[in-house]
Amino acid sequence: MVTLKINEHEVKVAEGTTVLAAAKTLGINIPTLCNHPDLCVAGNCRVCVVEQKGARTLVASCVTPVSQGMEIQTNSLKVRNARKHIVELLLSEHRADCTKCYKNQNCELQTLANEYSFGEHIFFDLTEDHNYVIDRSSPAFIKDDSKCIRCQRCVRTCAQLQYVSAIAVSHKGSEMKISSFHDRPMSHVVCTNCGQCVNRCPTGALTEKTYIDQVWDAIYDTDKHVVVQTAPAVRIALGEDLGYDPGERVTGKLVTALRQLGFDSVLDTDFTADLTIIEEGTELLTRLKKVLVEGDKTLALPMFTSCSPGWIKFIEHKYPHMLPNLSTCKSPQQMFGALAKTFYADKRKLDPANVVSVSIMPCTAKKYEADRPEMRSSGYKDIDFVLTTRELAVMIKQAGLDFRTLEESHYDSVMGVSTGAGVIFGATGGVMEAALRTAYEIVTGRPVPFKNLNIMPVRGMEGVKEATIKIEGTREEWKFLEGAELKVAIAHGLVNANKIAKAVSQGKAQYHFIEIMACPGGCLGGGGQPIPTSTEIRQKRMEAIYVEDMNMDLRKSHDNPEVTAIYQEFLEKPNGHKAHELLHTHYTERESY
Amino acid sequence: MYQTGNLVKDLAEKHGRKRESLMPILQDIVKKHNYLTDDVMVAVATELDISAAEVYGTASFYTFLDTEERGRNVIRVCKTITCSMKGKNDIISTIEDMLKIRVGETTPDKMFTLLETNCIGWCHKAPAILINDMPYTDLTQETVIDVIKGYMR
Repeated sequence: MVTLKINEHEVKVAEGTTVLAAAKTLGINIPTLCNHPDLCVAGNCRVCVVEQKGARTLVASCVTPVSQGMEIQTNSLKVRNARKHIVELLLSEHRADCTKCYKNQNCELQTLANEYSFGEHIFFDLTEDHNYVIDRSSPAFIKDDSKCIRCQRCVRTCAQLQYVSAIAVSHKGSEMKISSFHDRPMSHVVCTNCGQCVNRCPTGALTEKTYIDQVWDAIYDTDKHVVVQTAPAVRIALGEDLGYDPGERVTGKLVTALRQLGFDSVLDTDFTADLTIIEEGTELLTRLKKVLVEGDKTLALPMFTSCSPGWIKFIEHKYPHMLPNLSTCKSPQQMFGALAKTFYADKRKLDPANVVSVSIMPCTAKKYEADRPEMRSSGYKDIDFVLTTRELAVMIKQAGLDFRTLEESHYDSVMGVSTGAGVIFGATGGVMEAALRTAYEIVTGRPVPFKNLNIMPVRGMEGVKEATIKIEGTREEWKFLEGAELKVAIAHGLVNANKIAKAVSQGKAQYHFIEIMACPGGCLGGGGQPIPTSTEIRQKRMEAIYVEDMNMDLRKSHDNPEVTAIYQEFLEKPNGHKAHELLHTHYTERESY
Repeated sequence: MYQTGNLVKDLAEKHGRKRESLMPILQDIVKKHNYLTDDVMVAVATELDISAAEVYGTASFYTFLDTEERGRNVIRVCKTITCSMKGKNDIISTIEDMLKIRVGETTPDKMFTLLETNCIGWCHKAPAILINDMPYTDLTQETVIDVIKGYMR
């Protein structure tokens, strides 16, 4: 332990602690910009400078470890003046059109400007003579270099958490900026649209591309029937943007709010999550049989899940030779879209041309997914608009709803009934757990042998998880699986996904089924979720998901009565002809940059 | 545009495939071909298992690792104060008139590219230019024509 003094208060902390962290234990807040709890330290923005007794210059507290007898001042005149100048220098190169900015009142630089630099600015505004690029090429997000303060959180996110490095620091001095490969449009590089950078950008330099106005237009258009679906991870995080603490579930109020916003029907992505399990579970069992028993060489094992559009784009760019290993199932969002303009429109006697299908997602990559040319199997664009959790919170505020006082209500039907298995799609390991709950029962006729159906080995925040499920007492048609050990793996965050993909590619991993989610923690840590994010916040969201699961009457996808009904009335059978037409897809090999 | 064949692979064998091998590999490519094409940067990225954006980021930092097409001979005219005072603008307009290109451009036959550069350390013999690796100093509008003619064969 090391003893030091911060602002005359003595504090004892472990060796290696930074001055920034030591100050926090005393309740002293030092402002930061480039620092982020999920990322390695950078020390480049200098906003966190403090005065160290005996040191010649001010030191950056985020990169300075404590030492015995150290004396620190975090709020001296010298520190305050330096910080003011640093903030003003950043502002001199930042196009501060705050009232027009999507991040207005959600901007860390704006908050600091409010504390340190109101009144006349000291430095010239350099943005006017600078030829900045605003890249709107991606359907998922906008990269606006004129708002960038070059803190490099995005670069570190893309490298450290996602192993993509679609963006890197380029050029030098006053020309330095964050670039894709040779400044190509973001839509034409390796970027997965995961939005983790958007989630961590302290300014308006990286923001989701918003479709709020288009959705309002659809709602106000009386000729249109607007259906909305909500992803599992939205209900456990939306509250954070509306004054609740992380981990508070707001499912019932969310449904009421959507109804009051004017959506004609409030439905649930969890329904198609259940449907995904039936389709994907059947696909897995069929593949196992064809490959292991019949020796079919056209099908590949292990099978990867395909719900995460960030992961899909990652494998298309980085491991195109493994595309046959991907499940052909569309994601729940896209299954929902394909059914909304076919089955649902039929059932409600609507002209599908007048159905507008909106989804609320914890994800920016879903905006890209909805835009993919193959996602038009209903004959229309299956999903018209994708909004993030954050955008929904904005709409709720725009409509003047007092979220806290809203009554709770239930999803509409059809396509609104779901099970706990659908809910846990929002957490890493959830798709695997839901699939096992169903597949095990299909094969053996008995529920999975875990207490309360909670398959603990596949849960948790570990980057790569592995589990083995022994299959015993099989039904006649699945006899070939008797005594077999089903080996599964789960990864979240593309840096971990890459570890598994690499091992499989090199033939070093013996798995049958692998779940991959592009974002840390799974969808609950998605790029469209409320800002800020950290390990603690994601942990709380995860706990909320599993509580939501436990509170559901039904916990297994194959018990969902609406799923059973849709096969009887419309889809015929799992992996059948119609299901293939509407619920399955194909993938595209892409460039390595 | 140029084809590299096995160049990148050979250079990776020579310099290694670590992150720190990147600079010597890029330098050797530029030594041979004068500039980096997108294809060659992607090939280097693949060989070293790093991202292409990172290769471009590194290359763009260094003035002498060009990522735009360059002629066989790159003329860099020193633009800093001493050379400016000693007539670098006249030198530039002489070269522009002679080669029929402006600063930043390459001749249609891909023989010359004309660029400006920061101080090259020849202030005492200003104005100075650099052609490829060779400095030419104490230039006048007459002598610079002879220097460039020497590269026209």
